Order: sequence, then C-alpha cells, then structure tokens
Amino acid sequence: MSLHDYLYYVILPILAISSLVVFIRFVKGPTIVDRVVALDLIITLGIGEIAIYSIINNKPTFLDIATILALIAFLGTVAFAFYLEKRNKKDD
Amino acid sequence: MTDIFIFILATLGAIFAMLAAIGILRMPDTYLRISVTTKAATLGIGLILGAAALYFGDFAVSTRVQAIIIFIVLTAPVGAHLIGRTSYFTGNKMWKNSVIDELEGKYDKKKHQLLSEDVKKQHQKEEQKKEADGRKKAEEDKW
Repeated sequence: MSLHDYLYYVILPILAISSLVVFIRFVKGPTIVDRVVALDLIITLGIGEIAIYSIINNKPTFLDIATILALIAFLGTVAFAFYLEKRNKKDD
Repeated sequence: MTDIFIFILATLGAIFAMLAAIGILRMPDTYLRISVTTKAATLGIGLILGAAALYFGDFAVSTRVQAIIIFIVLTAPVGAHLIGRTSYFTGNKMWKNSVIDELEGKYDKKKHQLLSEDVKKQHQKEEQKKEADGRKKAEEDKW
C-alpha cells in the first residue's frame, strides 16, 4: 500500500466521518454555544482535510486556503462570543 | 524513510481529530466539550500539518505550515476562553457531577461584572458602609 493510497482510503475517510459526527452535535446542540464550538471544530477538521488533500494532489498552494480558514475560525468564534454576551445584556 | 514518518504523523493526527469529534458528541456538558475540542483538535491538526510539511520538504511550504500551526496554537485557547466565558454568563449550567464551580456567586447579573468575592457579601459590605455613614451624619447633625 503506497502512501497515496493510505492517505486516500484511510486518513481522509476518518477525517470525513469525524466531520459528520461533529455535524450531529451541530444539529443537536442544546445551546447556541455548543453550535459555535461545533462549527469551530468543523472548520479545524477542514484544515486537516485540506492538508491531506494537498499531499495527495501534490499541490502546496492549497495550504494558503488552510491559513485563511484558520483565520476565519478564530474570527467567527470571537465574534459569536462577543455578540452573544451583548445580546444577553440587552435582554435584562 | 520520510514516508514512514508521514505515515505515523498522519495516523496520529487523524486519531486525535477523531477523538475530538467523538468527545464533542459524547461529553455531557458544554464546558467539557469546549475543553475536548480545544486540546485534541489542535494536536491532531498540528500533526497532520507536520506530515504535509515533511512530505513537501520545501522551505516555503514548511514556513507556511509553521505559520498555520503557531496561529492555531495561539488562537485556540483564546477562542475557547471567550466562548466559555460567554457560556457561563448566559447561564449555561454545569454537569450535575461537576466537583467545583469556583465562580459560583461571583458574577453580578445586574451589573454584568465579575467580582473577586461573593456578590452577596459585596452588597452586605456596601449596606454596612451606608449605615455607618448614616450614623456619622446623624452624630454630626446632633452637634
């Protein structure tokens, strides 16, 4: 089994199934905070998938997209945390 | 030789990422879920990116990978702290078997402030101060 086959038939499916499992929590999530955390984890797993995909296709340019995804994940979490706290202040 | 290292790094990374996914589904409580996702996912993705850097063996690519890893390692705890703080302030309850809640009673819901001592004690102190001030004023008025 070559490295290419191993990455394509073992590692990528593991990451894809992990994303699906996280998506269950994203749909189920009792509170909105759970959903935000699940979204963050889905994006982080997406970075891993892009890294594996860049190895399979032998194209290091894909890693630039991983950088941008990491930025967006952090920005999204911070923005959600900020506005959820603010929304609560107005309710009282 | 490098192929074996890539095998090991990618496998370990995938296992940690899978553990993070199982953890977020199975953990009983928002705070435990945040804790699991932050640590396991950061380690797993770091290992997978390390495998990519090893595969390309190029200076430009490994610099990029280093930048991504450092960025994730720096921002994951910050984001987890912010979202956990928000979760606590919005009144998310802890798991029933949790041992200790060190912030219990220290968050003033009316003023939205986090104090270093109990909110009730703080209110009592303020009232005592007011009473003392009132007494002083009354005595001064007598004179």
